[in-house]
Amino acid sequence: MLLNQFLLLGAMLFAIGVYGVIARRNGVAVLMSIELILNAVNINLIAFSALHGDLSGQVFALFVIAVAAAEVGVGLAIVLAIYRNRKSVDLDELDLMRG
Amino acid sequence: MMVLASTMELAGVDDPINVSQTVAFGLIAVMMVFGALRVVTTKNVVHAAMWLVLVLAGAAAQYILLAADFVAVTQVMVYIGAVVVLFLFGVMLTRAKLGQEADLTRKSWFGGAFVAVLLFGLLSFSLIDTFEDSKIPEDRQMGLGATVQVDADTGEVEGSTDPALGSNTAAVSDTIFSRYLVQFEVISVLLTAALVGAIVIARKD
Repeated sequence: MLLNQFLLLGAMLFAIGVYGVIARRNGVAVLMSIELILNAVNINLIAFSALHGDLSGQVFALFVIAVAAAEVGVGLAIVLAIYRNRKSVDLDELDLMRG
Repeated sequence: MMVLASTMELAGVDDPINVSQTVAFGLIAVMMVFGALRVVTTKNVVHAAMWLVLVLAGAAAQYILLAADFVAVTQVMVYIGAVVVLFLFGVMLTRAKLGQEADLTRKSWFGGAFVAVLLFGLLSFSLIDTFEDSKIPEDRQMGLGATVQVDADTGEVEGSTDPALGSNTAAVSDTIFSRYLVQFEVISVLLTAALVGAIVIARKD
C-alpha cells in the first residue's frame, strides 16, 4: 500500500473537520468536528508507525485517544455549563467578551 | 544531522502493490469521507453522532489494515463505546427537541468551505511532492526486538519476534511501560484531572 493514500485520507478528514469547526454553530457539533481532526492525526501516526517499523507511532496514537477522551469530557461539561446559563448552545450568541 | 524531507531516502518505492489491501482501503476510505461530510453537513445533531460512529469504525478498520490491532480495539472501546455515548448525552441535555434544526450551520459557511478546500489542496500537494511513491512495507507486524525479549522463566513480558505470530500488543505494552513510562503516568494524571474538572464544571451549584 502507498503511504500517501493514508496521508491523503488523513488530510481529507482534517480539512472536513476544520470546515466543521468553522461552519457549525452548535457547540456539540463543533466538538464532533474536533474528533474528526484528532482521528486524522491518529491515521497519520499509525501510517508512519507502519512505514518506519517503529511502535512509537502506535503509542502516541493511544496517547492522542486518551487526550481526546479528556477533551470531550471537559468540552461537553463546558457546553452544559453554557447551556445552563444561557439556555442555548449557539456559539454565535456567545459574545460576552466582545469589546 | 538533520535531513531535509526532500533529500530523504524514500522507503519501498519499488515494492509491489497489494491489490486486495488497496481495494479494502479504498472502500473504507470512501465510506469514511462520506461519513465525515455527513457529520459536518447534516441538519440533525443525533444523526451527526451516528455518522461519526461510521467514521470512527472506519478508522479502526484502517488501523487493522496497518497491523495496529491494539490501537484499533482501543479506538472502538474509547471512541465508539464512550465518546459517542457522551456526545449523545450532550445532545440530550442541551436540546429539548430531537429533530431537524435549521440553524445548525452558519449562514456564511462559504468561508469555512474555502479554507477547508485550500487546506486540503496545500496538504495534498506537499504530501504528494514529498512522499511520491513511498510504500508501506508488506511485513508490517512489529514484534519485540531481540534485545528486549525476556526469558519466560522470569515471568516477564515475552513478545514474539516472528512477524507471522499475529498480535503486537505485547510489544506495544513493552514500549509504553519502558520508553514512555513517564508520559504514560502524565497522561493518567491528566485524564483524572480532566474528569474531576468536568464534574466540577458541570455541577449545578
